[in-house]
Amino acid sequence: MTLGRVVGTIVATRKDARLEGHTLLIVKPVTPDGKEEAGYLIAVDTVGAGNRELVFTVGGSSARMASGCKDKPVDCVIVGIVDGVSMDAAR
Amino acid sequence: MQLGRVVGRIWASVKNPGLEAQRLLLVQPVTPDLSASGKVVICTDCTGAGSGEVVYWVRGREASFPFQPGEVPTDATVVGIVDELHVGGGGA
Repeated sequence: MTLGRVVGTIVATRKDARLEGHTLLIVKPVTPDGKEEAGYLIAVDTVGAGNRELVFTVGGSSARMASGCKDKPVDCVIVGIVDGVSMDAAR
Repeated sequence: MQLGRVVGRIWASVKNPGLEAQRLLLVQPVTPDLSASGKVVICTDCTGAGSGEVVYWVRGREASFPFQPGEVPTDATVVGIVDELHVGGGGA
């Protein structure tokens, strides 16, 4: 799973019918110490994440195991809002 | 599967129901000589691995298999803790 920060939203009226009612957010992958990484993800939100919140996403076909995404054409889902990150000092 | 080292963890109270009661470890992929290679990944865990331990983890849909019949939305899971690791050396 990937750590990321919500940086935007997507509104699409013409889309696959099975995506009706799903919030689509733009997520910027970040490292555990907060540095931005390359690329962006379009993720279905299942936890009500707000802008700038630190979240984590699940990708690939496992994304469809997130509740509410069973037979949906999605490969990236936000499955949690991160409360805290602790890194070992010895890293 | 890939080798990795547990380098931390994250916690989240608001999360998808399938992830309830799952430990979320930060794993740094490593090469067989234990040097870091690639980005830190968030893994669920079915072994009880502690921080600093060398583990191996599985990616993709199979990452949710250890938790079956439960449906855990994960694409990376620690499935083993490495006791010993031998690279090269004599023999076949």
